Amino acid sequence: MTLYFLCLMLFCVGLYGVLRKRNIVKMIVGLGIMEYAMNLFFVLLGYRFNGRAPIVAKDQSILNMVDPLPQALVLTSIVIGLGVTALVISIALRIYEKYGTFDITKIKRLKG
Amino acid sequence: MINNPKTGMTLIVKTITRLTVGLILLFGIYIVLHGHLSPGGGFAGGVIVALSFVHLMLAFGKDVAISKVSKNLASNLESIAALMFLSIALLGFLGGSFFLNILPKGTPFNLFSAGIIPLCNIAIGIKVGVGLFAIFLTLVIVEKSK
Amino acid sequence: MKAIDIIPLFVIIPLAAAFLTSLVGRFIRRSSEVIIFITSLALLGFSVYARFLLNSAPGKILVYKIGGWVPPFGICMVMDGLSGFMLVTVNLIAFFVAAYSLSYMNQYTDKPKFFTLFSLMVCGMNGVIITGDLFNLFVFMEIASIASYALVAFGTEAEELEASFKYAIMGSVASAFIFIGIAFLYSFTSTLNMADMARILAYRQNAWVIPFVGVLFLMGFGLKSSLVPFHAWLPDAHPSAPASISAMLSGILIKTLGIYSLIRIFFNIIGSTQGYLTVLMFLGAVSMIVGVVLALSQWDLKRLLAYSSISQVGYVVLGIGLGTPLGILGGLFHLFNHSVFKSLLFLNSGSVDYAAGTRDLKETGGLGKLMPVTAKTNLIASMAIAGIPPFSGFFSKLIIIIACIQKGYFGYGLCAVIGSILTLVTFMKVQKFVFLGEVKDKLKNIKEAPFAMIFSTVCLAIICVLGGLMLLPSLRFFLDDAVAVVLKGTSYAGVVLEAASRQ
Repeated sequence: MTLYFLCLMLFCVGLYGVLRKRNIVKMIVGLGIMEYAMNLFFVLLGYRFNGRAPIVAKDQSILNMVDPLPQALVLTSIVIGLGVTALVISIALRIYEKYGTFDITKIKRLKG
Repeated sequence: MINNPKTGMTLIVKTITRLTVGLILLFGIYIVLHGHLSPGGGFAGGVIVALSFVHLMLAFGKDVAISKVSKNLASNLESIAALMFLSIALLGFLGGSFFLNILPKGTPFNLFSAGIIPLCNIAIGIKVGVGLFAIFLTLVIVEKSK
Repeated sequence: MKAIDIIPLFVIIPLAAAFLTSLVGRFIRRSSEVIIFITSLALLGFSVYARFLLNSAPGKILVYKIGGWVPPFGICMVMDGLSGFMLVTVNLIAFFVAAYSLSYMNQYTDKPKFFTLFSLMVCGMNGVIITGDLFNLFVFMEIASIASYALVAFGTEAEELEASFKYAIMGSVASAFIFIGIAFLYSFTSTLNMADMARILAYRQNAWVIPFVGVLFLMGFGLKSSLVPFHAWLPDAHPSAPASISAMLSGILIKTLGIYSLIRIFFNIIGSTQGYLTVLMFLGAVSMIVGVVLALSQWDLKRLLAYSSISQVGYVVLGIGLGTPLGILGGLFHLFNHSVFKSLLFLNSGSVDYAAGTRDLKETGGLGKLMPVTAKTNLIASMAIAGIPPFSGFFSKLIIIIACIQKGYFGYGLCAVIGSILTLVTFMKVQKFVFLGEVKDKLKNIKEAPFAMIFSTVCLAIICVLGGLMLLPSLRFFLDDAVAVVLKGTSYAGVVLEAASRQ
């Protein structure tokens, strides 16, 4: 139970990074921490007591296994996170070329 | 161009890279092909294949890596791999339903078993590998054109 | 090939078109345009055919099992009244916007990449509508969102990059909330299939997880559909995109990723209680007023249209939050109408931008004489959005107001009427400043927009005029089936599982 709670604390740390940091790159790092925490949370949900890794091998009989479905879904989610991170980083690089700064309080041309 | 002392890293790094890059590529292909027997599969193996090219780029400089896999080749290969995956899924229509597993399934724990799963893994491995390397190429080229 | 095999085609065709365009578009000139025109026309035809196919299906539901795996072991694609309604809406607008982009995108470089991203976005939206599995909905939603982040930044000017960055960060945070909600629901019910989850949640009603997950989904999907506390990304993102992408974003993306998903999850899976409905109604009413008041003070044409989108989405959410058959009918009808006339308004602003080069209301004027077709279609769209009879917007707003009063919520009805009057004022301002008055000197030489752009806008204007005919008894099945699915609530589970085991 404390394990899930710590995972959600890590998610809140990442959320703090996205909300309160001024540098664009630190916001992206915060987003990365958030994605890491939510993937970890989903994998931990699949734990069963006395379970082992869900791999079928030729010489062992099938005993208690942990739930393999969250592991497959988290693989998909990691790929999605990779795609978003790559896109946001290239946007951040181009913002630096156009605005000359990484500070988000100075990137405020759209107002109103 | 490869032994140019001005680009890339030091001589020690270049020598070790020359020895290990091929092994990393081979290991990535092993993980892609055995996706239905051991953990890994298309995405994990594809990342390792991409990392072998990125290793080449980090050690020798941008020009050597681009001469091996250029930007146009990466973009075309990515689209071809995606269309390959889609056509494997469409083959299922011959058996009755979309994405049906129609190839013979064989005996478990053999390399040639489990129907269309190894073919799908190969398509995804190529796409992820080349796609991730294309992302690195785009970031590197953007940085130099400032 | 049985008739039911048409259902996966909605995802296969745009995906194949996207990668084919990316491969071939650089070598053969104009091939990307031909591919995208043919695929969007094909998708429109298939969606109308599938909707008529649904009329003859037993129980008005079609379930397609991918790979032959029976749900809940496998992923299934479910086509019922609500999915059919949304599919026709999405593919109709996508076809007209694609036809418009054939000549609008001449001012940007790299057309094949644009059509690749456009096809991926359409594939994502079709996937969200058609899927019957909760995690599959998340994956397709992410495909559409990532394509839209890239499309907003397509022109790579400074302001577009800033808007796209804000949109990307806020959209990713919303997706993170949705993912955690899905994780909680999976651990509570140990299944991901929507029908199975609805069946299990019907037995275990009083757990603390369900309101917690409800709030998480409201935050996540509320941001995707830009309800009022979560609307801050929309006024920056929608003006900065190219006009055809603004039309797609404002017309269909915020509705499929946001409102359709909200309806599916809150009515069919979790089961709506009066608490949720009250929250939805309140957020809808606040969005209506805030959106239209902020729209009145804008001088940038597309920013004004973006704020007015927030307001009209508030109407849809208010209608759906009422929970009565008449209210949901009004909400869904307004969803369809708003897609049509908001896309038309954004496409017209693109025509003005293409011809005159500016979007500022203070610098345009008197364009009505130089661009007559655009002026007339804009007038039709403005009258429709303000709710003037006999255009389509009048009927949907009237139904929502009548439903509010029928249930006794006079305050919400008054909000709706005030919002409608202020919308009329806003669009009269647009019409006056853009099309009436004197022509400024530097704009004396502009011509009407090219044929592809005029074709799309005129067709959408005709649909605006004829939209009210959807309430005729012979055509009413289109809306009534959608309303019936929403009202069925969690008994959706029984119907889907029975249909899946039958075929």
